[in-house]
Amino acid sequence: MRIATAKETYIADEGLLTTNTQRAWMIVLALVLALAPFVLNAYWLYLACLVAINVASATGLNILTGYTGLVSLGQAAFMAVGAYAVAFLDGHLGTPFLLNILAAGLIAAAVGVLVGVPSLRVKGLYLAIATIAASFILHFVFTNWVSVTGGMSGVNVAPARLFGIELASPFALYFVIVPVTALMVLGAANLFRTRIGRAFIAIRDRDISAEVLGIPLLQYKLMSFALSSFYAGVAGGMWAYFFRVVTPESFPFATSIFFLAAVIVGGLGTILGPILGAAFMTLVPELLKYVVEWLGPVFPNAGAALSPVRTIVFGALIIFFLVFEPQGLAEIVRRVRRFFHLWPFKT
Amino acid sequence: MDWLFFAEVTLAGLGSGALLALTALAFVLIYKATRVINLAVGEILMLGGYLFFAFSAGFGLPVWAAIPLAIAGGGAVGALVERALIRPMLGETPISVFMVTVGLGSVLMGVAELVWNTDPRALPDFMGATPVFIGEAYVSRKIAVGFVVAGVVIALFLLLFRFWRGGVALRATASDQAAAYSCGINVPGVFSLAWIVACATAAGAGILVGAIGGISPTMGVFGLSALVVVIIGGLDSVLGALVGGLLIGLVEAWAGTYLGGEFKLVTTFSLLIAALMIRPYGLFGTVEIERL
Repeated sequence: MRIATAKETYIADEGLLTTNTQRAWMIVLALVLALAPFVLNAYWLYLACLVAINVASATGLNILTGYTGLVSLGQAAFMAVGAYAVAFLDGHLGTPFLLNILAAGLIAAAVGVLVGVPSLRVKGLYLAIATIAASFILHFVFTNWVSVTGGMSGVNVAPARLFGIELASPFALYFVIVPVTALMVLGAANLFRTRIGRAFIAIRDRDISAEVLGIPLLQYKLMSFALSSFYAGVAGGMWAYFFRVVTPESFPFATSIFFLAAVIVGGLGTILGPILGAAFMTLVPELLKYVVEWLGPVFPNAGAALSPVRTIVFGALIIFFLVFEPQGLAEIVRRVRRFFHLWPFKT
Repeated sequence: MDWLFFAEVTLAGLGSGALLALTALAFVLIYKATRVINLAVGEILMLGGYLFFAFSAGFGLPVWAAIPLAIAGGGAVGALVERALIRPMLGETPISVFMVTVGLGSVLMGVAELVWNTDPRALPDFMGATPVFIGEAYVSRKIAVGFVVAGVVIALFLLLFRFWRGGVALRATASDQAAAYSCGINVPGVFSLAWIVACATAAGAGILVGAIGGISPTMGVFGLSALVVVIIGGLDSVLGALVGGLLIGLVEAWAGTYLGGEFKLVTTFSLLIAALMIRPYGLFGTVEIERL
């Protein structure tokens, strides 16, 4: 049971972590993240990096979809913009690694504002469809702007270098990707303690009331698009250094659906949601591989069924969460926490 | 400029436009009755093609039996989906329901891959191959048959909406649910009916599309072009689906021929963005005043 948590100041009440238990758990989490690369094997480190990249992008989409209420199916295209920006800067200008990633975010943000322009005229489902259209147009640009993107064959990216050390293995990249992602999640958590973040929430809850409160809707909607695609661009930049080759097929439309699904499964409008959702949706297909290997002796052609089964499970998870647990995994975590807070009393 | 060639391209465009219009009809029916944008229409179309393939090539049924069975199969899927997934989502935000249909599309695609694997297949030929000539212009027989069938079906729907009790009930539900209830219309029944008829239409369109271009689990992409059609034509207008379908079919054919195949999709989607900026409710859709 949680006791003695009465706050005496507003500052204490508005803190990100309000109890000592939370602070202790956060330290444990930081330690686990810092020590994990020394324990995990290469395959799991690879997955950990992939999860971190997806968490960064899903957190960005959550700013747009979960907090501002603008549904976007273009997150993968923004990631691709970031990835191509990194590939171009690294290949043609040779600028340093961290600067490239930052530039990738900024370029993606500029594209995001451009894609957000239809929100001048439409909202809701129509806006979602406009982002679908934008992502197909961007795909066309990636395929045909050969001098920058290399066309269908794509571009190769040299390994990242930081302070003269070459970051080629997942082990080395882990120490860049995970801190950057942690910083971005922290940034998102802090955003919603500021005027801008609260304006986003006001727009989501009732756009007319938000306007009456003096929030210029278009400006804030575009700002939300910019922030969200900044996150996607940075994630895409890290993706480019991680996989070291970018092609138009690296970020298909299905990836946009993946990110929206991750945010929904995790829980819209929570900081924890996209973290849980992205990790869950990235790891489930991998776990299915183990299930298939385990079933191998019983069903000889189970291996061939792996890819369709992944597609089915992916769709079924979206449907299941929307119908039965619309608040997502974050709500389940909240329920568990409440049980411990109230124990031994009735939950 | 070669005018004969231009005429042939235009006719082919009108033919594929008619198929787009038929698929768009499935979007319109569902949107009109239930205010749901069903992104799984493309996958139900694919399923229709595969069901026809299974009945005719797999079980060896004659074509006149396989076509109604495949269409009925599509309708059955629609009934099941409406009852099991869409009914519990009543009253949720349109975005949630939209995402449910996205998930459904993924499930249907996975099922098709699991049952029939990912290889593209050709449907057994049932239309013959003798080309049709309109004046001097050559039209592939399949496209001509597709055009005629799509035209007849759309005309039939327009008549049904005007004169059939069920069609009138559907229009009543679309214009005001509460008033429809109080007039004794079985509104949940109308929802089911709309889903069954729309999915059956999509499955029938799938047979035609599959007969022309072959079937594969990824042919659901056709549904995205049809989505463009309904946005341009107006989400709740049957006439809009027809006009928009022919328009997009023509634009795709011209862009594909004169600019190159890769320009097809990008032209359609640019047109979509332009339509959204200028006339978000579409050419024939109900004008809704919405604050941004």
